Amino acid sequence: MFKEYNPIQDKLFRIIDDDGMIINKEWMPELSDEQIVNAYKEMLFARTADLQIVSYQRQGRIYTYPPNYGQEAISGATGAVMREDDWLVPAFREMGAYLAKGATLKELFLYFMGYEDGSLFKDAKNILPISVPIASQLVHATGIGYEIKYNNKDQVVFAFVGDGGTSEGDFHEALNFAGTWKVPVIFIVQNNQYGISTPFSVQTASENIAIKSVAYGIEGIMVDGNDYFAMYAALKNAAKRTGEGNGPVLVEAVTYRKGAHTTSDDPTKYRTKEEEEEWDKKDPLKRLKAYLIDKKLWSEKEEERVIPQYKKEIDSQFEEAENYPESSLDDVFQFMYDEMPEDLQKQKVEQEKFLTWMEERK
Amino acid sequence: MDGGEKMKIMNMVNAINDALDIKLKEDRNTIVYGQDVGVEGGVFRVTEGLQKKYGNDRVFDTPLAESGIVGTAVGMSVAGLRPVVEIQFSGFVYPAFNQIISHAARMRNRSRGRYQTPIVIRMPYGGGINALEHHSESMEALFGHIPGVKVVIPSSPHDAKGMLISAVESNDTIIFMEPKRIYRAIKQEVSEDKYSIPLGKANIISQGTDVTLVAYGAMIREAQKAMILAKEAGISVELIDLRSIYPIDRDTIANSVKKTGRIITVTESPKSFGVASEITQVVNEDAFLYLEAPPKRITGFDTIVPLPKGEHHYMISPEKIFYDIEKTVKF
Ligand SMILES: Cc1ncc(C[n+]2csc(CCOP(=O)(O)OP(=O)(O)O)c2C)c(N)n1
Repeated sequence: MFKEYNPIQDKLFRIIDDDGMIINKEWMPELSDEQIVNAYKEMLFARTADLQIVSYQRQGRIYTYPPNYGQEAISGATGAVMREDDWLVPAFREMGAYLAKGATLKELFLYFMGYEDGSLFKDAKNILPISVPIASQLVHATGIGYEIKYNNKDQVVFAFVGDGGTSEGDFHEALNFAGTWKVPVIFIVQNNQYGISTPFSVQTASENIAIKSVAYGIEGIMVDGNDYFAMYAALKNAAKRTGEGNGPVLVEAVTYRKGAHTTSDDPTKYRTKEEEEEWDKKDPLKRLKAYLIDKKLWSEKEEERVIPQYKKEIDSQFEEAENYPESSLDDVFQFMYDEMPEDLQKQKVEQEKFLTWMEERK
Repeated sequence: MDGGEKMKIMNMVNAINDALDIKLKEDRNTIVYGQDVGVEGGVFRVTEGLQKKYGNDRVFDTPLAESGIVGTAVGMSVAGLRPVVEIQFSGFVYPAFNQIISHAARMRNRSRGRYQTPIVIRMPYGGGINALEHHSESMEALFGHIPGVKVVIPSSPHDAKGMLISAVESNDTIIFMEPKRIYRAIKQEVSEDKYSIPLGKANIISQGTDVTLVAYGAMIREAQKAMILAKEAGISVELIDLRSIYPIDRDTIANSVKKTGRIITVTESPKSFGVASEITQVVNEDAFLYLEAPPKRITGFDTIVPLPKGEHHYMISPEKIFYDIEKTVKF
């Protein structure tokens, strides 16, 4: 696969076309009908949740949120390829992958409501918290890869970053280290064409991102990130390759951020309706749905049946999050150090004294 | 000024934009760039309209790389340009630290005066806006500790404009930190003309006799609210807006303490090794014998600024300031 889709040729790996028809049989992954339907349902759930969150935000029930809208196939495929022991190193726009790993929507809600506990992902194995400083997490992925290799473990790291993130020095350092150490890491770049308002053409003069792998001496492939099958096949192959000790892989997932950067952003300032409509034709859910309908595995009726169920589920997790206990002063202090230094302890006591004074003043 | 000053109601965002506009118009060596500052006009809209007015080669978007932004500014400035760069949030400046500490701060000294780095590094900082992680911190002390750069923080639209004009005209590298919590919260009449406010001088906002209160940035507003409580309690507060973190205006602080005998510093940054500690030591050195109470630091904790749901535990309220004013006066 990596030979055939050498990024130097600027070739995009696709399996289905914009209408959901298979155009690349050779690489069609072996997935049961049930697996494919499930994949679609997960993507549909993620999209429904995403749209719902944006509306919670408008109602003032949640703070800034970065929508995944339009990028669901990438996280969906990652979720399907990742095994329980594999590591997930997130950026912040990979909802489907967190959920597949065992994080709950409720936890995500807590995070975007501003609770520290929203970073816990209690039941998800081998997942790092969301990382806001762009690209900084990639170097951690390489370090985790070192541990895996050092202890001869059967694990792979799935690390995420956006196209903007590839401009940071940390991107270079992570891939360069990973290449020399030959560690089992898959670097997934969600090239959604924008870093906030900044288009891909301002980030790099490089033809594509996958091509950067060549200079690091590692494999790379440019994949249609809105094509679930292509994403699945590429990641499956990459996981096998890197898991067998052949070094890291750079997967560029070409996609489009259909929503705003975050709920505080207004894309009409920097992109056109025409461009958005052009990308609508490549929408990942639309394409997978067309495939399923063609195979008689799905119907509009079925979709109308499940969406209200999803909404109910999402609302109920949201309400649970809204009823979460208030943040305490302890939350601020307790995880700063293994053992709280005396001076810090004193700062907390001082604050408590002040709070008592406040109470008495009332 | 012919025909007198023209005044306009501005918030801090407008005032900074106006200062940049004046300098861009006046000096073609002024170059403004950073992430999303061009087409979008900055995530806080501080550079709105400037690219349209001055073109893509003077106001532009960069790749997402802070080290690149500051490092190229070092190169530009050495070659004679005067870059004013934006770091989107102060919490994302760290990739640029190497360029700030190792080059911007040292180039003049290293080249024995041959080269200079007249760069302004603007960045919004501070808490209280219900933001995601890394968007709320106040790490001015880190910059204050770097020999070779100056660090300033305005507290009002008027000051922001005058101080930014001075910063752009300075031949040193200036870290210009903008209290984003009050970007739009304070509006006042600001002159549309060019004026400058000297860097390195503090501003006595109100005179008082019982205690000196030093603050800066968004904490000025909290301090002013605390002063109302103090007044009700019969305490007269002298409020000083520090304006400049480095260099520190020793004389204004010491002279005030010689009058009041007490000093409290308010910062929203972590407690240890901070600006408040520095001010305390200035008082120890220059006005020790006048002290009637131990100098007090009102700061955040030595913790990470909590996410929005816990931020109120960390942020400094007017009541907290009043609480310490009362304790200091009664000491
Ligand atoms: C080091 C750093 N600089 C700046 C920011 C502010 N910021 C948040 S998201 C973003 C754009 C990210 O673009 P990209 O990597 O393409 O990811 P996307 O948001 O498109 O998923 C920026 C500049 C940040 N979070 N971290």
